[in-house]
Amino acid sequence: MRVFVPGDSAAVSIGANDVAAAITRIDPSLVIVRNGSRGALWLETLVEVETDNGRIAYGPVTAESVQSLFDADFLHGGSHPLALGKTDEIKWLASQERVTFARVGVIDPLSIQDYRQHGGLVGLTAALAQSSDSIINEVTESGLRGRGGAGFPAGIKWKTVAQTTSVQKYICCNADEGDSGTFADRMLIEGDPFTLIEGMTIAAIAVGASQGIVYLRSEYPHAIEILQKAIEIARASDWLGNSVLGSVHAFDIQIRIGAGSYVCGEETAMLESIEGKRGVVRAKPPLPAIEGLFGQPTVINNVLTLSTVPMVLAQGAAAYKARGVGRSLGTQVFQLGGNIARGGIIEKSFGITLRELIETYGGGTLSSRPLRAVQIGGPLGAYFSTEQFETSMDYESLIAAGGMLGHGGVVVFDDTVDLAVQAKFAMEFCALESCGKCTPCRIGSTRGAETIDLIIQGVRVDENKKLLLDLCEVMTDGSLCAMGGLTPMPVKSAMVNFPSDFLGATK
Amino acid sequence: MKYSPWSQDAARLLLATLRDEKGPVLMALQLMQNEFGYVHSECVPLIANFFNISRAEVHGVLTFYHDLRITPPGEHQISLCVAEACQAVGARDLEKKVKAKFPDEATDSYCFGNCALGPAVMVDGVLIGRATLSKIEEARR
Ligand SMILES: Cc1cc2nc3c(=O)[nH]c(=O)nc-3n(C[C@H](O)[C@H](O)[C@H](O)COP(=O)(O)O)c2cc1C
Ligand code: SF4
Ligand code: FES
Repeated sequence: MRVFVPGDSAAVSIGANDVAAAITRIDPSLVIVRNGSRGALWLETLVEVETDNGRIAYGPVTAESVQSLFDADFLHGGSHPLALGKTDEIKWLASQERVTFARVGVIDPLSIQDYRQHGGLVGLTAALAQSSDSIINEVTESGLRGRGGAGFPAGIKWKTVAQTTSVQKYICCNADEGDSGTFADRMLIEGDPFTLIEGMTIAAIAVGASQGIVYLRSEYPHAIEILQKAIEIARASDWLGNSVLGSVHAFDIQIRIGAGSYVCGEETAMLESIEGKRGVVRAKPPLPAIEGLFGQPTVINNVLTLSTVPMVLAQGAAAYKARGVGRSLGTQVFQLGGNIARGGIIEKSFGITLRELIETYGGGTLSSRPLRAVQIGGPLGAYFSTEQFETSMDYESLIAAGGMLGHGGVVVFDDTVDLAVQAKFAMEFCALESCGKCTPCRIGSTRGAETIDLIIQGVRVDENKKLLLDLCEVMTDGSLCAMGGLTPMPVKSAMVNFPSDFLGATK
Repeated sequence: MKYSPWSQDAARLLLATLRDEKGPVLMALQLMQNEFGYVHSECVPLIANFFNISRAEVHGVLTFYHDLRITPPGEHQISLCVAEACQAVGARDLEKKVKAKFPDEATDSYCFGNCALGPAVMVDGVLIGRATLSKIEEARR
């Protein structure tokens, strides 16, 4: 009998290892699978047992409650105050549309057998039977856009790389996931690493690359460990190496570990960092697709973009683009965090409203205080007020509402938040993480933080607000990359949507 | 966490494992820190000589990355997530308390990918969710 106790680092951070140890102590004969998390982080540690009746869930389980689970015969689905019924019927999960995250939390992350049984390698096998053009057409046709922030169509980027004639090309997976409030890349890698490897392999075959690199942040030690193991298993299974699944294609993957720099998530800074240098942003052109890593043509995609590709190839472009709205096709893996009662992964078609995400799934604030602000899209994303709750969560609608989707992080704040303090933090973060190449970003951010401080103290408030807006304009117009270019977004949205926090001493 | 005492010979042996890597400087510095706990001042000329590049280049990389340290770490390392999602659940208060109590051990971090179970803190490499001062004290033991 198999018992599932997530090994995901979020679950482990609140005691999943202790739960697993407590179960083994009571019944050492049980096989415990350390699966990824189902994404319902508010139910962690979510323990599942495999019964004749399907998988039955219990949560949130603590080490202290394990004995009582045995007493209630949880191994046969016995009733218990923590019993949640069949996992597949938990409404919070069942109502989602898991495409990219279809296997996360379901399978044993390091079992190729489990992976195959749940549809793994179908996409790659399909790709191996097609021409490069036809793979790229399928990806383009699916409407899949970059999930790292910029939303650029994946197929078009691939086509540019495919058209170059270089002998050495690279697939670089951006797993820097620096945005606060985002954790989908981490959970995918920890819960279903073969999907990323499969997506990278398909990309490699499509564009003619033989080397893949995953730039993975140092803050994710467990993801590094799991991915390293998965790569080794894939090598031993004739998947990675000189002949991908018996084909003429050679492909291998190496992990490069980040060193605590946010700007190294910007794609050209990432290339510099992989080359072992300071993470200073490069001017474009040349595009990385033409002159990227070590000067060679390079596909750069986010973890989620690459990990969606196997599903697109397996189920077809038409099935993928049947979901979503407008030019935002398919599903988005939203990440709900901060002061939220039911946080975690919510994968839904584009077009779900902010209200549905926060109220239906999130269940309001964790503190039970009134909800006041929501930051969408990481530290460079806008602060929304509750008046904007009907906004449709897709690329275009969020831009129209003065924000951006970014990597899909949604961070909730209750009414104790002070948006002037948050705006100041945005500037301070930019000052700390700026690569230093452009003056508006390098110096403007420090001046911006000082100016907001003066506003908070009530010093010449109107004058300083005007100065701050001017500064924001200079940063927007005069920055090479989105670090300096978008830091004004959280600042200005805070000023516009929460003016009462910018009244200085009179507030 | 346990680290080896600084030794040039040990460092050279480690660097030799990177001989075939392309763009090895950052990896070399990370390797030094993982082994010795910090990047010893002798590492800069050592790496520069080993890979035949200038000291300035190595120094430039060393000073760019927040992770890299040039002094030995304390007995314990407490990394506090001070980013937005953790701010929303009291990370700023926790930061004050932890820094008052463990001024030599606490450093700031920006997101451990545990944003739905914040505040997130890493103590000696172990991630703690819904962190409190007492959970941190417990983990230090
Ligand atoms: C300051 C900054 C940080 C970024 N951080 C990340 C990151 O952590 N992960 C990521 O995938 N993209 C990040 N991006 C976006 C990348 O530059 C790039 O657009 C993306 O990796 C391309 O992949 P995609 O097309 O699949 O989204 C960042 C951009 C900027 C300006
Ligand atoms: S905007 Fe900032 S981070 Fe981006 S290139 Fe300029 S200085 Fe570097
Ligand atoms: S913001 Fe603190 S863990 Fe992500």
